[in-house]
Amino acid sequence: MTGASLVVTDLRVEFSGFVAVGGVSFDAHPGEVRFLIGPNGAGKTTCIDAITGLTKATGSARHGDQELLGRPVHKIVRLGVGRTFQTASVFDELTVLQNLDIAAGRHRSSFSLLRARRGVDPSIEHALEETGLTGELTTPAGILSHGQKQWLEIAMLLVQDAKVLLLDEPVAGMSQDERTATGELLQRIAAKRIVLVVEHDMDFMRRFATRVTVLHQGQVLSQGTVAEVQADPKVQEVYLGTAGAATTAAMAVVLEKEG
Amino acid sequence: MTKNQESGMTKMKPWISLGGIGVLAVLLLAVAPLVLSDHWLNNLGKYSCWAIAAVGIGLAWGRGGMLVMGQGVFFALGAYSMAMHLTLETAGDRVPGFMVLYDPLAPLPMFWEPFRSTGFTLLAIVLLPVVVAGALGYALFKRRVKGAYFAILTQALAVALATLISSTIRETGGDTGLSDFKYFFGFVLNDPANRLMVYLIAAGLLIVCLLAVWQFYRSRFGELLVATRDAEERVRFLGYDPANVKLVAFVVSALMASIGGAMFVPIVGIITPAEIGAAASILMIAGVALGGRASLFGPALGAMAVGWGQSSLGSTWPDGWPYVLGLLFIVVILFLPYGLSSLPARFAALRRRPPKEQPAPAPAPAELEEVHS
Repeated sequence: MTGASLVVTDLRVEFSGFVAVGGVSFDAHPGEVRFLIGPNGAGKTTCIDAITGLTKATGSARHGDQELLGRPVHKIVRLGVGRTFQTASVFDELTVLQNLDIAAGRHRSSFSLLRARRGVDPSIEHALEETGLTGELTTPAGILSHGQKQWLEIAMLLVQDAKVLLLDEPVAGMSQDERTATGELLQRIAAKRIVLVVEHDMDFMRRFATRVTVLHQGQVLSQGTVAEVQADPKVQEVYLGTAGAATTAAMAVVLEKEG
Repeated sequence: MTKNQESGMTKMKPWISLGGIGVLAVLLLAVAPLVLSDHWLNNLGKYSCWAIAAVGIGLAWGRGGMLVMGQGVFFALGAYSMAMHLTLETAGDRVPGFMVLYDPLAPLPMFWEPFRSTGFTLLAIVLLPVVVAGALGYALFKRRVKGAYFAILTQALAVALATLISSTIRETGGDTGLSDFKYFFGFVLNDPANRLMVYLIAAGLLIVCLLAVWQFYRSRFGELLVATRDAEERVRFLGYDPANVKLVAFVVSALMASIGGAMFVPIVGIITPAEIGAAASILMIAGVALGGRASLFGPALGAMAVGWGQSSLGSTWPDGWPYVLGLLFIVVILFLPYGLSSLPARFAALRRRPPKEQPAPAPAPAELEEVHS
């Protein structure tokens, strides 16, 4: 195991009395693609919001020996924790290169900001190759396809040199081929980094997860490998019993394949 | 192949803009003094002062997304610093005339004293807006005040300052303002040669400000500023504090307003609260919006056009002028939200679009060119 792990202990988030996340603990290590799944409202995204400083939380979220909770968003980012959002949020008016250049900028001094860019950073070229966006260098991010925008976001995390990548539904709205490409990309970049994926898509999870944490109503329902989690009767009950029809159908497909 | 061509194009663009600044410099500094009468040259100097403030507004509003509706405050800091110095220079050892009007034995107010010094005055013109905008911006941006709240707050400050000056007639000249300056740092202001010099300084400063924002826009900071304007939260998640990014743009725009105000005084010969209040601040914004707030030349040319409209149409048809301006404003906001300077890009986009293609991606290039031009 290389590098520090992300250890979340007893994470609690309350919104004026409503407990969105009630004491969640999990960890993620470099080398694995870690999945956080659960029905709507389980508190998956809220967990990521708490770790990245967007939402106030109690408990602890440590990366190595650094406590993340209680710091402002941009300071947490500077500690090497990066995230994406459910809806791809790239800078539409800027080109792919400009987007990546801004992401790479946190290592630069303030005065170098006043100069124009000369050439392309090696880290940017590398991220472009990794995400298959090399041909889109001068394309405005706003006219990229939905999948490409998500990859651009991941590329931004790579040039940012994030050690922890928190990805919020990275394959939502992607075609089957794009999903496969994304999954393989995640497995490649997870070799040296912590990759934590929040996902709805059970099929995607099944194919690419190393370990899974299932959340339900703000609590950890189950943890383990894909097979362990799917065999857990509590998980089956939640997905087949109380959750919405869409998730039930998705899980049914999974169980069938297992069957 | 196309990729290389495109990157070649984007590399060329800043240099084309630099050429544009060069052309403008020749027009303002060489051609205008030769062809214009003294009266119109003086007017052009006045428009240049507004244009300097407008260039700053373009930076803060067009690129930074901060609707600065109270640039009159910073315009006033520069203008009144300069006006106090020129008033004292004219008065010599005596107390300025307007103060003695109410009380023949009135002493010179404390805060006037340092403005006798040329060095202090020049320093005040530069440092006062930096300090005031720095403190104000820090307080507002760190608390994440933005949008309409920010606009209203800055506007209210302009109203407050104008009211303060109006109500302190003994110290600041009140509504009558400060006027009748005879000297400009030792030069007699009545002398046409000196008036030409003052004009050239103002026009030269406008060129310098354009060069400054040209460098800002092509720099990484310029890209970061646009990114902050469009998605502040996202920028925060890249490890930047957007408050600092906006603060830099806001302070620079305040500095430019102050410089514009300072040169306005010797050119126009009078400064009153009406020139710095809410209406004046909005007029500065109007010029920027007409010209194109996010473009390099739009704000300056727009401000000059509004200034010209005001002194030509505004004097021959004073009742109608506000309506013409209002109508122009509405038409531009409705049909050309990026101002008149986005017209060429619009036409280019129309021509580039192949007939009967899907129209979806067409608006994007037009807006994008806007950002780079």
